[in-house]
Amino acid sequence: MKLSDLATVIRSKNAGPFELTFDVLFATHDDFERVVRSEVLSAAKFAELFQISLSDVISVVEFEPALAIKVTIKRSRSSGAFGETDVYGAQQHAPLLSLEIPD
Amino acid sequence: MNHSISILSPTAILGYGFPESSFEAGLARNPDAIAVDAGSTDPGPYYLGSGESFTNREAVKRDLTLMIKAGLERDIPVLIGTAGGSGARPHLQWCLEVIDEVLCDLNRSARVAEIASDQDQDSVINALHAGRISALGPAPHLTEDAITNSTYIVAQMGVEPVIEALEHGAQIVVTGRCYDPAVFAAVPIRAGLSEALSLHMGKILECAAIAAVPGSGSDCMLGVLDEGGFTLEALSPERQCTVTSVAAHTLYEKTDPRFLPGPGGVLDLTACHFEQLDERRVRVTGTQLQKSDRYTIKLEGAQPVGFRTISIAGIRAPDLIQQLDEVLLAVRGRVFTNFQSIDQAEVQLLFRVYGKDGVMGELEPCREQLPHEVGLVIEVVAKTQSLADTVCSFARSTLLHFGYPGRQSTAGNLAFPYSPSDISHGVVYEFSVYHLMTVDDPKSPFPIQIKVRGVSR
Repeated sequence: MKLSDLATVIRSKNAGPFELTFDVLFATHDDFERVVRSEVLSAAKFAELFQISLSDVISVVEFEPALAIKVTIKRSRSSGAFGETDVYGAQQHAPLLSLEIPD
Repeated sequence: MNHSISILSPTAILGYGFPESSFEAGLARNPDAIAVDAGSTDPGPYYLGSGESFTNREAVKRDLTLMIKAGLERDIPVLIGTAGGSGARPHLQWCLEVIDEVLCDLNRSARVAEIASDQDQDSVINALHAGRISALGPAPHLTEDAITNSTYIVAQMGVEPVIEALEHGAQIVVTGRCYDPAVFAAVPIRAGLSEALSLHMGKILECAAIAAVPGSGSDCMLGVLDEGGFTLEALSPERQCTVTSVAAHTLYEKTDPRFLPGPGGVLDLTACHFEQLDERRVRVTGTQLQKSDRYTIKLEGAQPVGFRTISIAGIRAPDLIQQLDEVLLAVRGRVFTNFQSIDQAEVQLLFRVYGKDGVMGELEPCREQLPHEVGLVIEVVAKTQSLADTVCSFARSTLLHFGYPGRQSTAGNLAFPYSPSDISHGVVYEFSVYHLMTVDDPKSPFPIQIKVRGVSR
């Protein structure tokens, strides 16, 4: 099953001008737990998916009250600096959609 | 006595609008204040750097008219955080002009407090040398050059200056750059309620109905705080606050939802409890505030880095799309060979290829498929507008007629949607300051001026 089939929200956004943060939210505790257990959103997997160095993954937080997994990475450049592709950082989430979640 | 304070938040950003019916429903609950956040760094460095607002003046005036009218009629304060979008001097003045117009239109006067947030370069340089400045997250270390090159440097104020303005009887409080929750938290904190809960409530109210389902940045939310916790209620019947929507909002635009740093301390949500009261309301309890030993404020600044010119075009020829990387490299070479006198350090040339990696750039993992068409933006940032125009024009004409191997379409390589094809885009800014500064006093960096504005009686 793909992450997009399990999650209700998959989004990216700036967390300040120097960080990009990804939120994955679930409708049920079971779905949340399943993805947490699968470790597909671990720092190492995230770095591999976006081809960034592991040290640029700032944090991975499992936030149970919101049934959410949050990953924050260092932006390639500060928001709006030369070479910027997405000032708000709102369209960087797409590679997460097709992540395979094991049963 | 168990007292409570209600705060009405009409919209996520002043100027984003709200339905009057929701606003009326909020007023019917007899709120103790109307507060709104007017700013964000989200739209990028241009607005802080240039002193312009990213919100539309007419839209801001519409929202302020409804808010100020209601505030004055009910004798409750109206608080506006981060005026003009970025909160520097010109943004604050811009917002005050709109307020003057609104007061005149309403034929009213009001005691208006303006709280400036500009930090002069010398005091920031002194703080830098005194070791009172530290980088925030991945931001680079601050340098004296970054400080002196910044057009404006603002600091985010906490609740203290806002509370002082209220102590002086301000009916309308307009702030420069302000910690988003502060204008929502000032009234309950002044009333003696928990700082932690007030700030957490402010954190959610500053985005108005974004924390409801369906979420909206253009609809009203009410927060009611008492001694044990706070209750959130969306004011449009079509929206509900749910435990998930409220808890999820805590994640929004933050690095870590459990610890939310702000001026003077860190909100700690690890013991926080979200409870569904009924279909529409959520109650939040257990938020704590870890006070810092030293009071820190966040500095923001932007500096000009050149002038931009762009040209937009599309490409449909499959043979060109297939070898586009090589062609663009060759065009780049041709541009700089043609203008030997140009110092390459003064010019940055970029080809954005939509359909390939225009949205994600170096983060794009999907690189196998060849698109049937691509969108191209030729972008130049240079020391002067004229130089940017020259280089963009030459890159565009070179690419238009570039003879790549096997070319069949010999009349031109680009489809332009516009004539003229090139757009001079003006000054480009980048964030230069995004740092923490420790201060002795939460109020002194933020001078308050109070005067009666509007029609004279």
